[in-house]
Amino acid sequence: MATQTHYRSLMGPSPGFYKLMAGLIAVIMLGMGAAYYMEHNGHWVTGMTNQIVWGMPHVFAIFLIVAASGALNVASISSVFGRKMYDPLARLSALLAIALLIGGLMVLLLDLGRPDRLIIAMTYYNFKSIFAWNIILYSGFVGIVAVYIWTMMEHKMHVFKKAAGTAAFIWRLMLTTGTGSIFGFLVARQGYDAAIMAPMFIIMSFSFGLAIYILTLMASFNWTDRPLGDAVLLRLKSLLGVFVAAVLYFVIVQHVTNLYATEHHAVERFILVDGGIYTFLFWAGTILVGGLLPLAVVYHPTLGKSRQWIGIACAMVIAGGMATIYVIVIGGQAFPLPIFPDKEIIESSFFDGVVGSYTPSLPEILLGIGGVAVSAAVVAVAAKVLPFLPESLSDEVVDASVS
Amino acid sequence: MSVEANINQYRRRFLGQAGVATAAVATVPLTSLLASGSAQAKALDEPASSDNRWGMLVDASKCADGCKACVDACNDEHGLEDLGRPETDAQWIRKVTIKDKATGHIDTLPLMCQHCETAPCVDVCPTGASMRRADGIVLVDRHTCIGCRYCMMACPYKARSFVHEVLENQVTHQPRGKGCVESCTLCVHKLDAGDGSTACSEACAAEGHHAIIIGDLKDPNSDISRQLRASPTRQLRADLGLNTGVRYKGL
Repeated sequence: MATQTHYRSLMGPSPGFYKLMAGLIAVIMLGMGAAYYMEHNGHWVTGMTNQIVWGMPHVFAIFLIVAASGALNVASISSVFGRKMYDPLARLSALLAIALLIGGLMVLLLDLGRPDRLIIAMTYYNFKSIFAWNIILYSGFVGIVAVYIWTMMEHKMHVFKKAAGTAAFIWRLMLTTGTGSIFGFLVARQGYDAAIMAPMFIIMSFSFGLAIYILTLMASFNWTDRPLGDAVLLRLKSLLGVFVAAVLYFVIVQHVTNLYATEHHAVERFILVDGGIYTFLFWAGTILVGGLLPLAVVYHPTLGKSRQWIGIACAMVIAGGMATIYVIVIGGQAFPLPIFPDKEIIESSFFDGVVGSYTPSLPEILLGIGGVAVSAAVVAVAAKVLPFLPESLSDEVVDASVS
Repeated sequence: MSVEANINQYRRRFLGQAGVATAAVATVPLTSLLASGSAQAKALDEPASSDNRWGMLVDASKCADGCKACVDACNDEHGLEDLGRPETDAQWIRKVTIKDKATGHIDTLPLMCQHCETAPCVDVCPTGASMRRADGIVLVDRHTCIGCRYCMMACPYKARSFVHEVLENQVTHQPRGKGCVESCTLCVHKLDAGDGSTACSEACAAEGHHAIIIGDLKDPNSDISRQLRASPTRQLRADLGLNTGVRYKGL
């Protein structure tokens, strides 16, 4: 007979909680200040130009949005695929999904040329635009996952848990397909224009989202003195290993299929061989730090059992993931457009035919980090007031609930 | 009469006078605008017609190396200022010099929005601000552009600029705004006024080059239609199948 899992909000006066919130609010205020500075002066004060039109805010926003859908996976494994062991982990998973999405959307919104026109974005739809689909997919995701959380928390709603979890799972697959398609459907740029972008973004979301989930779980249990057993943690880190390997597989397939077509040799050479920072970030970031090193750690016979090393592996997946998104978003724009495929451009006042230069500016980075802080603050406040975290995930409790 | 009735009476009188004044103010500019329109001009409330498709023919063999009269004229016409920041300054038209990789032949030509029939910028715009008029001119509605720059990501010709700063001294017929995306309008204000030409084509002709011709692609008797029939021309990135309104000759 499976025992009931007990959940508890963060009770009582806690100096640690208020210190955390003070820190997060300070970071959020810096991000808001950066956004105000950029909007007040115009984007010329940033590193973004008419050549690199999407910069660091988009790297942060896309990373957070991709990770958001992935953070929901733990809940999906529980509700959709019926794995009992994941049941107590599901509430935090759904909360993290909403929080990451809110953080990412805030960054995206505050980087708009006209963020004051949010109401226009919500009322004028061009249904041929993947961006317009995404506005619906993102708002729908928050709504569906909120209902899903309700079915998990309210006893009377438990009967709808599987249905809500399944709807959220299907919706998240559509959402990440939409995010990947933002790039996949851009036929003009050789760095994008590949149908593999959609499934690749989905598998990236599995990996980034789970890495953030594991770190959040470890931190929240550690800070609130709740027992977290090896059974849960080792299961999650092994799953992370599978997702990291899958991302590597998709990255390899993407580049090998691109190399098959002669017209893409130049852009592949740019990313893989002589693209400067983008080549470095690809090999050092995506492949080494985001791929091979965390794989080595999680499957290492001793390091793979160390909590500290599991945490480091998660941090490496996140750092490598940021590098991957940077190479896709910025690298894809930096490579010049093939306006005249059979000609060499020898003169232009508008930087035609040359690699676009981009240096992230401080306000862009502050805005991005502000988005991360918003996500963290949403999780912290929600866990403070509502019972998202189980009282214990010790091996005995987990064994009792599974058996 | 009570105080309240007095107030109501004043209120009625005031509202009545205000209504008359508002109607008068609204009517004056409308009638003056109608009176000043030229015979060929399209009335302001008349929609663009799909009976026309405005297009441009660029003859690269006539475009002079070192001449940028078209660029200067465009900047003057639309109030585009050089702020000394080439990476963020708006450029609606630019001169590009290209060399054939195989033969070494060099051409110079103006490059701007190609006014595609199936424009990628129109497809991707989330709010529909990026739009194509019935007569083929691709424009940005400055009232609904949210400045997301997705159109700039999608345009194969790098034709669009984002307004990176606060603007001053704008020209009245071309309102622009910080945080919005913009590009060549094919001098829609001149075409709508019945001029039949653009600032760039007029400047090119004034220099004696006549490398840019504007006209109605759907009118078989227009100069541009006759020239397109007579000589081979090409679309840039024809492989994308966008059916551009701008065609190049002599490339």
